[in-house]
Amino acid sequence: MSIPLLSTTDLTVRFGGHIAVDNVTTQFHPGELTAIVGPNGAGKTTFFNLISGQIRASSGQVVLNGQDISRLPVSARTKAGLGRAFQLTNLFPDLTVLENIRLVVQAKANKGFNLWSTAVALTDITAKAQTILAQVRLEHVAKQPVSELPHGDQRKLEVAILIALEPKVFMFDEPTAGMSLDEADTILDLIADLKARTECTVLLVEHKMDVIRTLADRIVVLHNGQLVADGPPAEVMASAIVQEAYLGLSPEDQMHG
Amino acid sequence: MIQKILSYDTPRSIALSMLLLCIFAGLALAPFLFPGVRTVDTAARICIFIVLVASYDLLLGYGGIVSFAHTMFFGVGAYSVALTSLHLGRGFDALILGAAIGAVLATCLAAAIGLFSLRVRAIFFAMITLAVASALAVLVSQFSDLTGGEDGLTFKLPRELGPAFKFGQTLFDGTVFGVKLNGKLLTYYLVFGTSLVLFLITLRLVNAPFGRVLQAIRENEFRAEAIGYRVVHYKIAATCLSAAIASCAGALYAIWLRYVGPSTTLSLELMIDILLILVIGGMGTIYGAVIGATLFLLTENYLQAAMGRLTSGIGDIPVVSALLSPDRWLLWMGILFIVSVYCFPKGIVGHFRKDP
Repeated sequence: MSIPLLSTTDLTVRFGGHIAVDNVTTQFHPGELTAIVGPNGAGKTTFFNLISGQIRASSGQVVLNGQDISRLPVSARTKAGLGRAFQLTNLFPDLTVLENIRLVVQAKANKGFNLWSTAVALTDITAKAQTILAQVRLEHVAKQPVSELPHGDQRKLEVAILIALEPKVFMFDEPTAGMSLDEADTILDLIADLKARTECTVLLVEHKMDVIRTLADRIVVLHNGQLVADGPPAEVMASAIVQEAYLGLSPEDQMHG
Repeated sequence: MIQKILSYDTPRSIALSMLLLCIFAGLALAPFLFPGVRTVDTAARICIFIVLVASYDLLLGYGGIVSFAHTMFFGVGAYSVALTSLHLGRGFDALILGAAIGAVLATCLAAAIGLFSLRVRAIFFAMITLAVASALAVLVSQFSDLTGGEDGLTFKLPRELGPAFKFGQTLFDGTVFGVKLNGKLLTYYLVFGTSLVLFLITLRLVNAPFGRVLQAIRENEFRAEAIGYRVVHYKIAATCLSAAIASCAGALYAIWLRYVGPSTTLSLELMIDILLILVIGGMGTIYGAVIGATLFLLTENYLQAAMGRLTSGIGDIPVVSALLSPDRWLLWMGILFIVSVYCFPKGIVGHFRKDP
């Protein structure tokens, strides 16, 4: 197996007496799409937060590309190559769609502390932002403020931001939550396309089993903050421990919803 | 060319452009259009307040950072100029040195406050700035040996900026359009020119990539960090820049008044005026500072006189003339401001330019 791009070692976080993520040790490899599943409250989003840095780990390490990033602030982790799309839409609501992407491209180009040239004059950055908007088919709303966009388009923009970041590791937290089937398909196509086109590492928190079955190369199951299963989709879905983890949460729904 | 000077951030509304042009022309030609000590004084104050409020807009309107220490930075600049002029003797070198020291001092103070408190929640930063600003105001009034206490300091400007200095005697016979060519006129144009440059610098800062990041931080701090901007660094930089510009405005104010005192530069009332001007003019537009400051200072200086003329005109009607008595001008100013905030919740500039 290749060298892991991202790995966690004994990653743990406690909130008071509650252990939300408990000694999780795992690796993620380039070109691999890993689905992270588990019942509500299993610690999936917290696990994501620990990796991308919104929460600092109580103990354990996150290593990206050989560099220990566990103590770095969120922005430094982004610069190191982590890109995250959030579960709840998390954009700049009063800025235009184009400006949302332009800001990402500008961050990527390290132009944020440019005090003197105007942002308008940096035409290469704007042009690149427009190309990315075209990729997600949002160019027709480029000049609209994000707050006026329908939910589905906002989710698309969320993915577009991730594409603009050009990260080494893509982290999607329930990218299709609250979307119509059509919209969800667009997003899933984008993710599948990403995976096919680039040798990137994709982490995906997802509830819908059919999505996982078609997209994932590997499934990691979290339950009560612990990693309880890890392996190829067919194997993991069949295992008793996963059935048990989902018990009480209507396994039928989880498997076919 | 004009596009470039305005950093490609034009008013984007015909009405607004006209209004701004009128204000610009009015201020540029104030000594000739409205000759008189009081009118020129008002014009100079408008210039200085435009800069002061614009620098606050950089912080609040763009960065979404609430600070109550803006008058402190204004005061630092003013006192620096006064102290250097007093101790080094009158001269342009003292003025320039004073303004430079003020700007550096204000930047350091802003950086210190920012480092200590910008990491934590916004409300904490606001409280810290309030505490530091009040503490400094108390210090200034206590250290009367250095600062002149509550009385403040009067100092002398270079001879060239005094009313006794005359020029253009041979060329224009000492007057142009009936306006005496003296040092006071020069001082006005020093204030006007420097204010214009500082305003354009502020306009450039908010339209630079840096300003766009500040907007992003205002909109969604969490996401700004997640796309790779170290939010706390940007906030500290914004605080420092805005403090430095406010300090320059303070230096101009001291030069114009040839006086500094706690009530003219450090008071909390002044801070509230700044907030009011910004809200009336329109936050996050920079041009709001121009409209707001002009409107505010004109009202403050001329409403009472206008009401006096009105009451003498309408004669003695029982309740009405009591209400419109010039003594009630503060009441009417308050009402005017409430109405303007009610009618233009996004400020006057925000009302005229609707597109983002």
